[in-house]
Amino acid sequence: MANHSTNEFKGGLKIMLDGDPHAIVSNEFVKPGKGQAFTRTRVRNLKTGRVVERTFKSGDTVESADVMDTKMQYLYSDGEAWHFMDPDTYEQLEAGKAAIGDAHLWLLDGAECEVTLYNGQPLAVTPPNFVEMVIKETDPGLRGDTATGGTKPAHMESGAVVKVPLFIEEGEKIRIDTRTGEYVSRVK
Amino acid sequence: MSGGANDWPPGADLARLRLVAELRADIRAWMAERDVLEVITPVLSAAASVDRHLDSFATVPVETGGAPRWLQTSPEYPMKRLLAAYAVDLYQIAPVFRAGERGRFHNPEFTMLEWYRVGMDHVTLMEDVASLLERLWRRAGRAWRAPERRSCHDLVDAVLGAGACAGTAKEPFVDPDRVRAHFAARGRSFPESVGDDADAAFELLLDEFVLPELPDDRVTFLHGWPPSRAALARVGHDELGRMVAERFELYVGTLELGNGYHELADAAEQRIRFERELERRRAGGRETPPVDERLLAALAAGLPDCAGVAIGLERLAMVLGGAAHIDEVLAFGFERA
Repeated sequence: MANHSTNEFKGGLKIMLDGDPHAIVSNEFVKPGKGQAFTRTRVRNLKTGRVVERTFKSGDTVESADVMDTKMQYLYSDGEAWHFMDPDTYEQLEAGKAAIGDAHLWLLDGAECEVTLYNGQPLAVTPPNFVEMVIKETDPGLRGDTATGGTKPAHMESGAVVKVPLFIEEGEKIRIDTRTGEYVSRVK
Repeated sequence: MSGGANDWPPGADLARLRLVAELRADIRAWMAERDVLEVITPVLSAAASVDRHLDSFATVPVETGGAPRWLQTSPEYPMKRLLAAYAVDLYQIAPVFRAGERGRFHNPEFTMLEWYRVGMDHVTLMEDVASLLERLWRRAGRAWRAPERRSCHDLVDAVLGAGACAGTAKEPFVDPDRVRAHFAARGRSFPESVGDDADAAFELLLDEFVLPELPDDRVTFLHGWPPSRAALARVGHDELGRMVAERFELYVGTLELGNGYHELADAAEQRIRFERELERRRAGGRETPPVDERLLAALAAGLPDCAGVAIGLERLAMVLGGAAHIDEVLAFGFERA
C-alpha cells in the first residue's frame, strides 16, 4: 500500500490512522519559532464519522487507506439494508445502517450515489448534492407571502423534514441541498 | 486546476496591492530618515543556509559547469559581508525562497524586509522595530498600542509549571516527556515522531499553548529563546541569569511577523553551529548545501557589534490589510505563478 508524506496532504485524502480509514477534512502548515514544521489536520474517521485533530511532523508519512469512491445506482431498501448497483458491471452491493447513515433520507429509486468502499465493502453513501422531492405533509400555505423570511417544517415521503418558505404547499415538488438539508427552490 | 486558462487572475485585489506599495514606500522613507543604506545583494549564491529547518531551491546555470546556485532563504549572509566591510546600517527588501513551505501564512517565494543596526543589541533593536511598526500602523489607520515583551522562559513555565525551563545549555530547554504528558492530559495530538527531540517538543508547545495567549490587538516581542535555537544569534544570559539566545520574534496574536538577532560575530562558533546543522541534515538523509565560507571569512575579518531583524512583508500586509490568506496580498500565489 502506498504511503503519503505530509506535503501531499489535502482535503479528501484517505489515510490509515490507528487501524481505521480516515479522510483529511482540512490541513494547515505551521512552523512555530523558525523551527520544526508541523502539519495540523482535522481528520474524519470514515467508520464512525467522528472528526478529530491530529498533528504530524513535516515529512512524516502515513499509509494510504484502500478507500474508493464509486458511482452506484440506488435500487431499493428492504428495511435492513440498502441495495446499490454498479451501472457498468451490474454488480450489486448492500449497505447496512451504519454505512447509510442519514443518506437514506435523500434516496430516490434509481438515484446515482457515491458509495465509499473500504476493502470492497460499503463504508459510506453520499446522495446526489441536490434532490427533488414531493412534500407529503405541511401546514397550509400563506398565499402571496413570498417576501418575508418565515419558514415551516415540511415532511417528505422519505421521512426527511425540511424547513420551507411559508408559501410552499403540500404536494409541491421542491429542490433540496442534501449536504445541508436545506430547501433550495420550488420545482415547477 | 493547473495550467487552465481560468487561473490567470491575481489573488490580491487592487486595494491590497496598493497597501503593499505604500508599505514599501513608508519603509524606505523611515530608513532614509535614519540614514540606513538600501542595498541589493545576489539572490543566487554558491552557498546556502544549512539550518536544519530550511530547504533551499537550487538551479544549475551553464556558467558554473554543473555546480548548483542556491536561491537565498534570506539576504543575511551577503548583508553581513557588507557590514564586515563597511560597518554601516543597511537594509534590503528582497525576494526570498523556502522550499516546502506552503499554507495560509506561507508561500515558497515571499518578500523579506531585513535591516541591520550597528551598535545595537536585540533589546535596543526591539525599540527600533517598534518605531517603524508604529509608523506603518498609524499610516494604515490602525490603533497603535505599546508592544508587549514576553520571555519564552516565563511563558513556558506558566504553562508547564515553575522551573520547567532549563536555565543552562547543559540540559534540554524543556523535557519532551513533560510536554508529551501535558498534551496527553489535555487530549491534544502530539506526533510520535517527535521522540526525544526537545526543540520540536518546545515548538509544538509554543504553537499549541503559548502563542494563543499572546494579545492580538498589539505587537508582542517574544524573547528568552532556548540557546539551542540561537541559529545566527549570540547566546547570553537574561536578567535572571538564565542562559538564552539573544534573539526575539515578533508576533501579532499568534502570527509571527519577524525575527531579530544580536548577531553572532564569532566565526569559530558560527562554524561549529553550521557543522552541527549539517550533521543533523545528514542524519535525516537531507540535502547538505555548501557552507558559506565567504560569510565565515567576513566574520573572522570582524563583524561590527550589531543587531539585525527580518520581517515578512506579506505577513505585515496581511495584518494591516485584514487578509486571512497570504494569497490575498500576493499578486500571484505559488500555484498561479
